[in-house]
Amino acid sequence: MALDILSEKGVPLARQNFSWRDIVRVPFSKLDDDAFTRVRVILMNGIEAEAIRFSHACSRMNKDLRVPLAKIRRVDQHQQTMVNWLLPPDQSPLETTIGYEQVAVEVTASVAAHEPDPYLQQVYRFGLLEDFDHLYRYSALMDRIEGKDANNILQSYTDIVPGRPTSEEHRAPEDDLRNWYDRKKAQPISKLNALTIMAGEFQTHDYYMNVGPTFADPVARQLYAEIASIEEQHVTQYESIADPDETWMEKWLLHEATEVYNYYSCLQTESNPRIKEIWQRFCDYELGQLHFVMDLFKQVEKRDPAEILPNTLPEPIKYESHRDYVRQVLSKEMNLRAVGYRFIDGTKEKESDATLTYRKHLNSHGSPSDMVAAGYRWYTGTELGKQARAS
Amino acid sequence: MAQATDMGMNRTGIGMAPRLSEEMIRDAETSIPTSGGDGHQIERVRREYLHNSPPLGSTPPPATAKGAAKAGMHMLKGHRPSVFLDKLGERLAFERTGTRLYEALIAKFDEVGTWEQGPTRDQLIGFHNEELAHFELVREAIEYLGGDPTVVTPSADVSGVTSMGLLQVITDPRSSLAHSLQALLVAELADNDGWHMLIRLAEAFGQNDLSRRFHQALADEDRHLQSVRGWLSVEMEQDLKGGVQAQKPH
Repeated sequence: MALDILSEKGVPLARQNFSWRDIVRVPFSKLDDDAFTRVRVILMNGIEAEAIRFSHACSRMNKDLRVPLAKIRRVDQHQQTMVNWLLPPDQSPLETTIGYEQVAVEVTASVAAHEPDPYLQQVYRFGLLEDFDHLYRYSALMDRIEGKDANNILQSYTDIVPGRPTSEEHRAPEDDLRNWYDRKKAQPISKLNALTIMAGEFQTHDYYMNVGPTFADPVARQLYAEIASIEEQHVTQYESIADPDETWMEKWLLHEATEVYNYYSCLQTESNPRIKEIWQRFCDYELGQLHFVMDLFKQVEKRDPAEILPNTLPEPIKYESHRDYVRQVLSKEMNLRAVGYRFIDGTKEKESDATLTYRKHLNSHGSPSDMVAAGYRWYTGTELGKQARAS
Repeated sequence: MAQATDMGMNRTGIGMAPRLSEEMIRDAETSIPTSGGDGHQIERVRREYLHNSPPLGSTPPPATAKGAAKAGMHMLKGHRPSVFLDKLGERLAFERTGTRLYEALIAKFDEVGTWEQGPTRDQLIGFHNEELAHFELVREAIEYLGGDPTVVTPSADVSGVTSMGLLQVITDPRSSLAHSLQALLVAELADNDGWHMLIRLAEAFGQNDLSRRFHQALADEDRHLQSVRGWLSVEMEQDLKGGVQAQKPH
């Protein structure tokens, strides 16, 4: 049964408490848990990180909202910690990276498939093929540097093949901006989708920027530098699809609704009972936070939050393999490129001079992503398996 | 070429900042901790988590019961095949990562060269090829016993975590060939013991053919270990007597 977010009040903010022992729990198992448990944990960390990021920006610009923002932000901080600390310590930064890219592929595919607005669908499919390629490049890096198989993380849900080549994803900033949805006309799901994917990409960018320099191998350091740059482009893209005329309160309300929606989505498919309990608890916490902000919205904007929010939550994000969907997009849209707000067929139309000049300069000393995956084809148990059998 | 043992401006010790460190020591001595007790508090937290943590993961049952039966794995009462498969998984992961370690080492060798009686390129390539052959040997053994060689077993997972530091040293362009060989020595020591253990397990399961092939791998690993020890020992002697004369690879 769909969740009625306007009448379900969840746990009141005053009862949303934590202790350090409560926050720092036993992580999931890298070996035995389903890959989608990792996908959910990674995405929810991103959703909470975005909630905190937005809250800080809002606080800087709205002196009257500072206290309520700080109260909710503190809970979000501890929610994010509890979620992110579920990542197991035997999962290396590169293995976690593979997990991040699986999030980008599978969650973006689910969102693209359910997005009602055709232009926004196209935006998601465009980004999807780029993240899909990142997964292939990082898999090659893992195989060739560490002698490990990325499929141990992916668990055969997601293909490891090239997408739109990363070396061709570098675009001038003006070609990464997109049209935005109209806040008065867009369906609520379009707004929740935009926030979800933007949150996921933002945390991916931040993660690569943090772990990139922890690698000793210069090939890895270059690849993280290159892909982090694309993630910055993706944040630019996804940030731009939200209507800039939404009020601060509208945006806050939508952030809270996105958190409820995402915890609710996780709850539908979680296979680990320990973690399912966390999704349930935080879904209830987020409902409490949403209602807190709804009351505030009524006071500040003198409007009914139902103008912005859906009565019931849309169809949950599907945590499952989107192999067929991704293959279809790959076969039809590999050659798409972006010029300004438009998508073009790169075989028929030229990209902008600004993009071509920018890309040429960036790749002028070689492309890390091309180099690391030169001649690379994923093989079960790593390419060394193929090499060993041949020799 | 500058060597890591050349004298320089290393700032990590207090000797480089006598006045500042004197102030720092005085401040620390007069400070009062805000919570009582000592380092044993850490043990209490560790034990609490130890008590509540499930294992890292599990070893899956043999992928093909037929394969396990053919290999006679079910015949021996009191011996759990999962122990053998877990350790085979560990060796497979270690040999595969070891192959990549040698690749990084060869790249370093090609750029920085070696020293008199140090490793030669042919030796490093030979060891690399043997690591690859050992990986294939273990893969075949797992398949023969009805296991899935693509599985990361718990011991394989642990060996992956253990090897991370070795990879970091060897792939760091700033670490010397000798630093890298020091990291490799850790790998070869563990590898050597790992093969001893696999031989014992093969014998416990009556897998005489596997045991014979594992003995051959152990002979290779013995040679690797002795060589790495020898190269490092010579390098230290030369360094001691006035610096290592780098020899460019031919």
